[in-house]
Amino acid sequence: MFIKEYFGGIFKAIKSLLTGMKLTGYYFTHLNKIVTEEYPDNRATLKMPERFRGEVIMPHDENNEHTCTGCQACELACPNGTIKIITKQEVQADGKKKKRIDAFVYHLDMCTMCNLCIDACPSDAIIMGQNFEHSQYERKYMKKVLNKPGSRLKDGVE
Amino acid sequence: MLFEPDHYNEEGEFVVNMGPQHPSTHGVLRLKVWLDGETIKKVEPHLGYIHRSIEKMTESLSYRQFIYVTSRMDYLSAHINNQVCALVVEKALQVEVPARAQAIRVILAELTRISSHLLWFASIGLDLGGVTPFFYAFREREAINSLMDENCGARLTQNFMVPGGIMKDVLPNFQQRVKEVLKQFKDNYHEYDEILTGNVIFQNRLKGVGILTKEDAIAFGCTGPTARASGLNCDIRKLYPYDGYEKLQFDEITSTGGDCWARYEVRMAEMKQSVKIIEQLIDNIPEGEIVGNTKKVIKLPKGEFYQRVETARGELGVYIVSDGGTTPYRCKYRSPNFANLSAIPHIARGHKIGDLISIMATIDLIIPDIDR
Ligand code: SF4
Ligand code: SF4
Repeated sequence: MFIKEYFGGIFKAIKSLLTGMKLTGYYFTHLNKIVTEEYPDNRATLKMPERFRGEVIMPHDENNEHTCTGCQACELACPNGTIKIITKQEVQADGKKKKRIDAFVYHLDMCTMCNLCIDACPSDAIIMGQNFEHSQYERKYMKKVLNKPGSRLKDGVE
Repeated sequence: MLFEPDHYNEEGEFVVNMGPQHPSTHGVLRLKVWLDGETIKKVEPHLGYIHRSIEKMTESLSYRQFIYVTSRMDYLSAHINNQVCALVVEKALQVEVPARAQAIRVILAELTRISSHLLWFASIGLDLGGVTPFFYAFREREAINSLMDENCGARLTQNFMVPGGIMKDVLPNFQQRVKEVLKQFKDNYHEYDEILTGNVIFQNRLKGVGILTKEDAIAFGCTGPTARASGLNCDIRKLYPYDGYEKLQFDEITSTGGDCWARYEVRMAEMKQSVKIIEQLIDNIPEGEIVGNTKKVIKLPKGEFYQRVETARGELGVYIVSDGGTTPYRCKYRSPNFANLSAIPHIARGHKIGDLISIMATIDLIIPDIDR
């Protein structure tokens, strides 16, 4: 009785192992079912989804104009002080002085990609970019100024 | 203390540290184990290796900002963690959440639950010595993660909730994509049974190991699949429904075994229930608004508010004391893993050290949720 149970157990274990091995064997012989991506090699074809949150970017149009008014709503919305907006007074064509952004400083190393700043921006001046390869050799490169040099506020955006 | 010349204490017990960098603790948890030969005499968990003071941080964050931090607690149920924060603010402000937002929240929450249980399935195989199941579970998990990526913008830490609803509407192909993911999951579910559930060696390592009785589960405050495997009805989705769970048909999976095998079976069956919930919703997501009526700067009325949800690991509660300002005066999270961990020293006593791994694996701890 004991011997029967003993060998029965071993037989059952081997059978269950073979069931699992059969499955492994199935995928071993069906190479078209492989789902892995070979990441650094597929860089040319790799496309991130449109909503993917890679980094905060500020789109500029062909005249080097953006729509950031310097209202600092994003700075307030950010939970960890990633954004710092430095403003300046600019003399307009009609002689009046107006507040414009000098630098939109973005600390990529502090950003958690939470999307709150984008949600808060009233003039859609910033969006999330798809780039995710952010590694740098030194921390200072993580600090970015998002408005391009010489850029200005688009006319009609207040 | 740990480097006694002979590693033995006065009673002749051998003291070893499991962790904080042990692969089977799934994070930085340190278990100090007193052994007599191979038998466990005593287990003492040491916490705090990944403490980030999320509760204290919350006191300086506004009610829109504090949601994102909770993604970093139980990062596998990030979406459900966000949900509890949104719900507590809605409860305090008495905001009506639009039906569309509720449906999408529930679908994403159940997908999160499936993906979390899949990761658990993957890692239990890994812990008990089988690497292959890991890849099968990760294939389906990857599909869910891609879906999250497309719709929420991030794979794990979605932060898709805002007080009153959701941040953005889902993409037009959302329904079709969810159906694809569910189909893939259902088509491949039998493979999990073939490769792991039916395996006799695997079964023998779980059956009769680490028995948690119903009384103990109540005494230790265990929740989630861990307690349901001991026969305790504790599904918050049934007991205190939120976000429209009361309108959905699903079973609360319980088992009476209380051992590691019962916990395994409960989780495996729960995935199927989540699929059932999503299938009820996916074809009838109501049209309409996605965010309720909330102000830009949210101020909670003076008072105390508590809300609970069922994450993949149990009951998560958030308790907020408000002094009427824009930030919480005090915030406390009742995390499921902390309570579940407290049962480990009790149920591991008398078992062999190898069984401690099975117990840890089936209780499914997420360490950042314990420390917060
Ligand atoms: S994504 Fe979040 S953390 Fe990053 S800058 Fe915007 S608000 Fe700050
Ligand atoms: S990015 Fe938007 S929110 Fe931030 S300062 Fe510019 S306009 Fe204001």
